[in-house]
Amino acid sequence: MKMVDPEVMVQRKDDRQSQSPASQTVKISARDVKIYYGDTQAIKGIDLDIMENEVISFIGPSGCGKSTFLRALNRMNDTIEGSRLEGTVTLDGEDIYDPSLDVVLLRAKVGMVFQKPNPFPKSIYDNIAYGPRLHGLAKRKYDLDEIVETSLRKAGLWDEVKDRLDKPGTGLSGGQQQRLCIARAIAVSPEVILMDEPCSALDPIATAKIEELIDELTESYTIVIVTHSMQQAARVSHRTAYFHLGELVEVNDTETVFTKPENELTEAYITGRFG
Amino acid sequence: MANSTMESGVDPRARIQSQVEQSLRRRHAREKRFRRFGLTAVMLGLAFVAVLFVSIFSRGLPAFWQSTLTLDVRFDPAVLDMGPPPQQKPEESPRDFQQRLNAWNFQLTMASWNTILEDALIAEKPALEEHRRQLRKLFTSGAKYRLRDMVAENPSLIGQSREVTLLADAEVDVWIRGNIDRSLPDARLQLSPEVRRIADELHEDGLLNVTFSTTLFTNSDSRSSPASAGLAGAFMGSLFMMLVVIVLAVPVGVASAIYLEEFAPKNKLVDLIEVNINNLAAVPSIVFGLLGASIFINWFRLPLSAPLVGGLVLSLMTLPTVIITTRSALKAVPPSIRQAALALGASRVQTVFQQVLPLAIPGILTGAIIGVAQALGETAPLLLIGMNAFVANIPTTPFEQSTALPVQIYLWQGNEMRNFFEARTSAAIIVLLLMMISLNAFAIWLRKKFERRW
Repeated sequence: MKMVDPEVMVQRKDDRQSQSPASQTVKISARDVKIYYGDTQAIKGIDLDIMENEVISFIGPSGCGKSTFLRALNRMNDTIEGSRLEGTVTLDGEDIYDPSLDVVLLRAKVGMVFQKPNPFPKSIYDNIAYGPRLHGLAKRKYDLDEIVETSLRKAGLWDEVKDRLDKPGTGLSGGQQQRLCIARAIAVSPEVILMDEPCSALDPIATAKIEELIDELTESYTIVIVTHSMQQAARVSHRTAYFHLGELVEVNDTETVFTKPENELTEAYITGRFG
Repeated sequence: MANSTMESGVDPRARIQSQVEQSLRRRHAREKRFRRFGLTAVMLGLAFVAVLFVSIFSRGLPAFWQSTLTLDVRFDPAVLDMGPPPQQKPEESPRDFQQRLNAWNFQLTMASWNTILEDALIAEKPALEEHRRQLRKLFTSGAKYRLRDMVAENPSLIGQSREVTLLADAEVDVWIRGNIDRSLPDARLQLSPEVRRIADELHEDGLLNVTFSTTLFTNSDSRSSPASAGLAGAFMGSLFMMLVVIVLAVPVGVASAIYLEEFAPKNKLVDLIEVNINNLAAVPSIVFGLLGASIFINWFRLPLSAPLVGGLVLSLMTLPTVIITTRSALKAVPPSIRQAALALGASRVQTVFQQVLPLAIPGILTGAIIGVAQALGETAPLLLIGMNAFVANIPTTPFEQSTALPVQIYLWQGNEMRNFFEARTSAAIIVLLLMMISLNAFAIWLRKKFERRW
């Protein structure tokens, strides 16, 4: 953990509500980030700090760039042809767009969970073990077994699947699949987990389970979640960022955003005047 | 609008209802028509396939049965005039011994085998003595070499008797099995009236029989002895070409498809390559034959008529098919799988080889096998690299001269001995079809084996 200037800390504390478990250390910092897809500009200069161990949710109407910005945080945009980024994004003070940085290392630190559950068509065990094997985290079979069990326990899936670890992950229900994907992301011990509308394909009960899980995970991980459900943002996140047409309009404590939004656009969105 | 409906006194809802009903009737009729059309098309296709199979099998199966003569052959030392084979003497150099051995073998080949054959027949039917000169026409010319090979293998046979089943001459076979109009005037029949009569008599006596014969599979093509012409040479040639295609076209095609689909940057050059791959798939195969003749034979000086060259040409021809099918198999893998692997920190190569490729394997294998099957049935390019030459040997390496199954079909169907080779041609088609069917069955089995749900 890095030492933080006490003055900044005080200032931050003023900003934040006291019940927030998040520390005051900046985990990810974006400065003047602009993202282009070919000629179109998707993100128009965003400054944002994400604190360690906080849950921050990105909300906003479709096409506002919240997913694009999320994917910039572990460089998943790199896989899209013609996308490019200006500005700086740092993780623990290190520029993640530094050409000398290995993107594999970054993605091991910043995991991701997608909108649609996407388990590999392999056994539940192999799904979880894929990441640790990739990074050589387990030397022996025993260690790997332990990683798989801990990850599944953290994802609250262990009791449901412990007897059928060799069965295909695709045979689980939608909600279980999504928790499997979370377990898979956890298995490589990331510091940050990015979630891109993780519940949009799930029923309310499965959604509730994932939200509970997010609550538990916040103790050890920083979580950035994109959601279309304002209730979800209100339930799970400490802070909420409102995006509009590629710009970050407002970021504040979740309660503040939903009760006394500073910006008209935010107010219009959360009161359902557009969206 | 509202006014007019009110005036006519018709409830607008009822009108819409009747309109919908009318259009519904039309739609149902259209659907039925289309289904019937599709079903007819399928039935028509099946009917054609059935006709094809029935005609090929009914013509080709008889070729597995052939007229044979089963005789007690006595290897008479007086007729053969052969001593025992030379033995290596202690003071003799290997070269001298080899010379004596060659001389002995030559003498063996030149021995009067026809007399042996004639004697064997006469021993069964002494009355044939007066027709001695005609008797040799009953046997296919390969019969005497068969006897010679027996002796060369086992010289102690000289002076002994053995029961041997020998193929009858192709013309005799045609005559006995009624594949020619028996009422034709003598001038239009190949066999003399005397030979025909003898053949009929032998057939009645049970010496000349139509029996199951595997020579079609064990012999190579033959001109001097059409009755013993077989497919073994062509089959081996096709097999070698298939191996060359599998070894060359499949890995190269799959690798290029993976590169183009997963790694290549999207730019003008790659677009151009893609367009040209699609164009190559449409190039007539005979053009590939010309290319092969000018490059592999004229430039690289590879041997003419060799399955290696045939395989190279067919590989070129198959490559676009393999590339296109592999790419579509890769495209069919959902992008979410790639993202999942990438987000876990897998590199592009790891993502492709550990996650994407295993899912695309069934499609890739199917494509590869269809490509190989297509190559196996190709004739035109092989004609241009000399694989339509008459080759009497069974090749043992891809560098030896050979022909191929489809080319053999082409050669036999053009053979002047129509009434004998018609059945042989269909039999060759049966073998080729069976090869194709087993390849396709293999493809289906592989697909079932590797298929996984996601």
